Amino acid sequence: MMPYYKFNYFGLDTSLVIAVIIGIGFGFALERGGFGNARILAAQFYFYNMRVLKVMFTAIVTAMLGLFYFTWIGWLDLSLVYTIDTYIIPQIVGGLILGIGFVIGGYCPGTSIVSAATGRYDGMMYFAGMFFGIFVFGEMFPWLENFYNSTPMGRVTLPDFLGLSYGLVVFLVVAMALGAFAAAEWGEKVRFKITGRIKE
Amino acid sequence: MTSISGILEKEKTEIKVYEPKPYSNPYLAGVGLGLVLLAAFLIMGRGLGASGAPSSVIAVVVNKVAPDHAANNNFYKEYIGDGTANPLKDWLVFEVIGVAIGGFISGSLAHRIKGKVEKGPNVSVKMRLTYAFIGGSLMGFGAKLARGCTSGQALTGGAMLNLGSWAFMFAVFGGGYLAAYFFRRQWL
Repeated sequence: MMPYYKFNYFGLDTSLVIAVIIGIGFGFALERGGFGNARILAAQFYFYNMRVLKVMFTAIVTAMLGLFYFTWIGWLDLSLVYTIDTYIIPQIVGGLILGIGFVIGGYCPGTSIVSAATGRYDGMMYFAGMFFGIFVFGEMFPWLENFYNSTPMGRVTLPDFLGLSYGLVVFLVVAMALGAFAAAEWGEKVRFKITGRIKE
Repeated sequence: MTSISGILEKEKTEIKVYEPKPYSNPYLAGVGLGLVLLAAFLIMGRGLGASGAPSSVIAVVVNKVAPDHAANNNFYKEYIGDGTANPLKDWLVFEVIGVAIGGFISGSLAHRIKGKVEKGPNVSVKMRLTYAFIGGSLMGFGAKLARGCTSGQALTGGAMLNLGSWAFMFAVFGGGYLAAYFFRRQWL
């Protein structure tokens, strides 16, 4: 049965070796996708290169379909896959701060690691800034703790929340992603016609 | 004449080999990223992350410098643990080391390793680096408040159809598009 680690197929030390291997795949895919380059990431917010949306939603859909399939054929116990509990208001506020930081800094935490590893000085500065931001959060935590733990909703998924079946939500997300891809391809063409700016 | 142009032609192709290759098709890269994420789910029963590892490092440093201070703070305490295990012997720490290696391998194969600053044409290097630090700080702070970043929340929670992660994802894009106008000089 999967997930293998939860069924004790191997121990902690082996899991750390797997962590490095999975990390290598993660970093490799991010770099291939152009995510080590702040100009490409920021372009998402000016509509002239929609790579972020395309790569991210393709990845989410791929992994989501895999989870659904392996659950459906009975090989995976989805309840054993760890997922973060929902604290809806802190998550929305944190997301807004993250989005603003994304436009200012040009990276997100994972992509800044790839950027720094491929020699980009702005990626290294961003990475240093992230440490500073986490440290500030840590120091402010006694004051933030109440807000941080507010609006707890536990482990709740979209199917639970919407009262729809798992399969239907998967179908809706795939449909939404395909619509977003079509809109992105169309938008890039329109943007190119107006500005003549070529995407990288 | 033909021999000279022939040499020039040859030189051109030899130089061209070291030019950075174009990035992959985004859908192909997305499928690759999705399969890595799926592998983490199926093998480990967890997703990917990026901001967890720096948090562990900071908690360890604060605990070394000021152990009493760290002990009175629930945020640091969570990363340090009960002292029975080394907090840096953590899955996310090893995964992030892998991310740096994987990015370097991919960049090397495509000749994209280069010491440079990525920025728009209308902003100085100094300004761009300052913005990178400020943006990184905001994201470090925001990621902790949201219990994860684009990797741990948007990608991982997105594929798990986690409600909070989807709300987070829309908030990230919302915040980005709201702020984009004010920082356009940096990129356009």
